[in-house]
Amino acid sequence: MEKRFMDSQIKGVSTGTTILAVTFNGGVIIGSDSRASIGGYYVSSKTINKLIQVHDRIFCCIAGSLADAQAVTKAAKFQISFHSIQMESPPLVKAAASVLKELCYNNKEELQAGFITAGWDRKKGPQVYTVALGGMLLSQPFTIGGSGSTYIYGYADAKYKPDMSKEECLQFATNALALAMGRDNVSGGVAHLVVITEEGVEHIVIPGDKLPKFHDE
Amino acid sequence: MALSNVVETPASGFNFENVSRNVALEGLLEGGHTKAPKPMKTGTTIAGVVCKDGVVLGADTRATSGEVVADKMCAKIHYISPNMYCCGAGTAADTEKTTDLLSSNLTIFSMNSGRNPRVVMAVNILQDMLFRYRGQIGASLILGGVDCTGNHLYTVGPYGSIDNVPYLAMGSGDLAALGILEDRFKPNMELEEAKQLVRDAIHSGIMSDLGSGNNIDICVITKQGVDYIRPYQESEYKDKRQRRYKYRPGTTSILTEKIVPLELEVVQETVQRMDTA
Repeated sequence: MEKRFMDSQIKGVSTGTTILAVTFNGGVIIGSDSRASIGGYYVSSKTINKLIQVHDRIFCCIAGSLADAQAVTKAAKFQISFHSIQMESPPLVKAAASVLKELCYNNKEELQAGFITAGWDRKKGPQVYTVALGGMLLSQPFTIGGSGSTYIYGYADAKYKPDMSKEECLQFATNALALAMGRDNVSGGVAHLVVITEEGVEHIVIPGDKLPKFHDE
Repeated sequence: MALSNVVETPASGFNFENVSRNVALEGLLEGGHTKAPKPMKTGTTIAGVVCKDGVVLGADTRATSGEVVADKMCAKIHYISPNMYCCGAGTAADTEKTTDLLSSNLTIFSMNSGRNPRVVMAVNILQDMLFRYRGQIGASLILGGVDCTGNHLYTVGPYGSIDNVPYLAMGSGDLAALGILEDRFKPNMELEEAKQLVRDAIHSGIMSDLGSGNNIDICVITKQGVDYIRPYQESEYKDKRQRRYKYRPGTTSILTEKIVPLELEVVQETVQRMDTA
């Protein structure tokens, strides 16, 4: 197999990444960069999709090994869809996050993938859940993840306010992604943002050169 | 669940039986002081481009076994279905067998369902298979095809990751080919321009990579059909044989000859007519 694949710490293509999800008043915004890398020095894709729709109002973003994450989300999509058909109603965000958690926890030796699940349901409104590498499930008002998140913990903690408006939240998420992509070498490309509300799902793409700049000259 | 799959997919969740089997096998081999055989690779340059009327795939034709060129005219663009072809890089046997398996499954599927297979279905089958084998199948594939939903180009990595892109290069010569593609790719190119671009990308891989060489194959897939041009361009460094390597009959003298006739008798003869109306 190619040297590039053998050398990387994460088997195969990895999404060394920046992902985040933030709740606001009436919905949730989930966002990511779009870079996939191998071995920390080769960008294998500049336009990878890390925001996977697992149901009508539930998205999840992926981090870690791309192969593992794509396989897990495929299995999760099927299970959530089946669950929703059986219950004859849209699934709860918590149910979707639980499905991912079960898959990650039961296969923790072989898998190297983490997720952020975010969405809207009728029972509890907008929610954000983190599923970490070993299968821990945590509910938070906002969360950041991936290798690029280490650079924006300070920004996120300082700038997050509960009950923001949609525009404020969009600005917060965009700034956070831009700052992380600016400092982390394995995050980059374009910024993908998805706004999920009761009414529907809106996908916003911000090309790299249109992102806010912070002392970049 | 799929209309049919010759290879049975495991029940639900993940099946890692083969991982423990591989570890046990390796232990057995090392313990017995014999080394596991090293697979033959196709150090390769393969590339694909989506253009206005379809998809253009290209590949070099060199297969290496260590430092020796094992095959100067190896075919790296494999047939999947009348509207899909797949270029393979990595271990030669793995790419060959994986694409064969995929092709069989899709043929059965289209017979059962009465529908032409879509590129996205082929990609999903490949992803499931390669992921299940945890990267032990060393196949990096570029799958390109035209179906009712449009022109598609996908890459499938050895661990089972997929990506849908308008232009691609894989193999040991991919960085060289990618340079050409990044520079000159434009969306919605004309067919001739796309063929020239892919040819140039493979050529760059051949020049800059030791594992790639010899001729260039091009495969053009459009709604109208497939044009598999093999070779699209022959190597500039074709060697001329210095002498004839054929031996005249009688070069080796025959010392003794013994003829044993086989006694066969016809036991039963039946004629079955076929309706060839």
